[in-house]
Amino acid sequence: MASLSSTELKKLSQEERVTALGMRTEQLTGRSMFIEFDEDAEERFTYPWAPDVDYNKRTEIDTGDMTETEVNSEIRSLMDQGYGTIVIKDPRGKHSLGVGILNRLNLIFEGSLGYFGVGLIDGPNVRINGRVGWSCGENMMSGTIVVEKNAGSTFGAAIRGGDLVCKGSVGSRTGIDMKGGSIIVGGDTGALSGFMMQRGRMVVCGNAGKNLGDSMYDGTIYIGGEIQSLGVDAIEEPLSDLDKAWLTRKLTQYGLMPDKGVDHFTKIVAGKMLWNYDNLEPTEKKLIL
Amino acid sequence: MCGIAGLIHRGKSSNVGSEMTSMLQALKHRGPDSTGYAVYGDASTGDYIMRLKAAEADDMSKGRGVAQILENRIKEVDSILAENGAIVKSKETITPYALRYVLSHTGDTGTMAEHIEETEGVEILSMGSGLELIKDLGDATVVSDLYGLKNFNGTHGIGHTRMATESDVDIKSAHPYWAFPYNDVSVVHNGQITNYWIMRRMMERKGHRFVSNCDSELLAVYVAHDLSNGVSLEDSLRKSIEEIDGVFTYLVATKDQLGMAKDTMAAKPLVLYESEDMIAMASEEVAIRAILPQEIDTYDPYDEEVRVWQA
Repeated sequence: MASLSSTELKKLSQEERVTALGMRTEQLTGRSMFIEFDEDAEERFTYPWAPDVDYNKRTEIDTGDMTETEVNSEIRSLMDQGYGTIVIKDPRGKHSLGVGILNRLNLIFEGSLGYFGVGLIDGPNVRINGRVGWSCGENMMSGTIVVEKNAGSTFGAAIRGGDLVCKGSVGSRTGIDMKGGSIIVGGDTGALSGFMMQRGRMVVCGNAGKNLGDSMYDGTIYIGGEIQSLGVDAIEEPLSDLDKAWLTRKLTQYGLMPDKGVDHFTKIVAGKMLWNYDNLEPTEKKLIL
Repeated sequence: MCGIAGLIHRGKSSNVGSEMTSMLQALKHRGPDSTGYAVYGDASTGDYIMRLKAAEADDMSKGRGVAQILENRIKEVDSILAENGAIVKSKETITPYALRYVLSHTGDTGTMAEHIEETEGVEILSMGSGLELIKDLGDATVVSDLYGLKNFNGTHGIGHTRMATESDVDIKSAHPYWAFPYNDVSVVHNGQITNYWIMRRMMERKGHRFVSNCDSELLAVYVAHDLSNGVSLEDSLRKSIEEIDGVFTYLVATKDQLGMAKDTMAAKPLVLYESEDMIAMASEEVAIRAILPQEIDTYDPYDEEVRVWQA
């Protein structure tokens, strides 16, 4: 990274500043949205403070009579002791279990979770042999979450990365405000799925409720079944060979590949007619001129 | 936020008082201000059970004259019952302000109920052959202990833990609501109704009364109006989704049915468990797991979903 002071950095253009910081920019087609990234960074980095864990070091905890806080504290304590595979038995629908884990870990829940399960995670591979309530995997950054049964509403709200998989059906507003990563659903999804989606991919093998992809900015939604209705500015686009290859790889990976393949999936993207990032309102123009 | 819960046993009775208490206590964090139950017992006796309150819980701290006021109000109620030809088979004073009557009556209970509520400070919480509606301030355990619900046997029930947002912390604003004057119908609700005043004025023009400013009461009145006009519970629930605006999930119980409805946005939660023997539902799965700790399959109903189950 260049050793420029903050004052010097402020004098540079955005492009120059990004280069000076050792990063690159990529301009999205026809629009002034940049993504900034470091070419040399690992895709799955670990935090400096993250403990070393051994996936072969396995333990189980029975959480039937524990509070949410006690369960989460125990998971952290076991990670500090080097356990790389932790099995949570009898979670009994408790809320907020397994949240904020910023490390590699195999975390297995033998039962169902309540609301906000395993949100804000960055790295772990989570398997839930049960159902999850609202907002599972909210804001997850990397890793995988596989839910064996059904999920509630706002599944994967605002996720930024990783794979979030539900083998059953999910509720409404799936992937609302998602900013990256993949959401994969074996069954159906409810109304307003993909609402205000910004990036990433969502795959639903079954049907989708009304207003699919309403006000989505970007990203891609694939639906295997019927779509009750599309939302504002969501449009259908032909499935490319790249789409088919990606769908085949992901659905095979999670054992959700339909018997009839992937050719029947409908691809939904943003029509981008609502985009107006560059267009100031007349009153705003007056204020800044 | 509020929490709602309901359960119905198919073709058998169970200790629904204890079951509902466990479910509602698990939802305490969604609303600790008040808790209410509408539980349905044996409706085959031919008698009516009337639950009423003669004052608010807070009124008890308003001085030594309160006891006399309460006594006068209850005497007035007893007098109106006699005038309407009702025979009081039993009368229990559960708390200083909450009473339970068992009545034998062959006339129009609606007219009788209207006359009783003309008594200042008196509100009938429920009337019916199976329904018993109990609500008070505090969490589920507090209310259950106060009203002796732990041994209540019946086929089904609904309940509510309330976080007061748009109206006061008092019994009259607590749920469930009895669908006055329609016997044995009760409602619990989680959400906000945005065309409440329009709909309320419409129902008032049709002759219905409101005892509170709580938007949930509208649902009870709305369903009562439909049922009294021969509309089925399922049709009424479907119609309500089209006519009532807002974000809501609500449960309705009748003498032998339990129904649910969810708004067009599916913005308020409900988790459902269904087996051959029983159906249980609640705002959160923790409430269902409080009575079914074993691993079970549950799901979220979708937007505009309406379901009705028979006891």
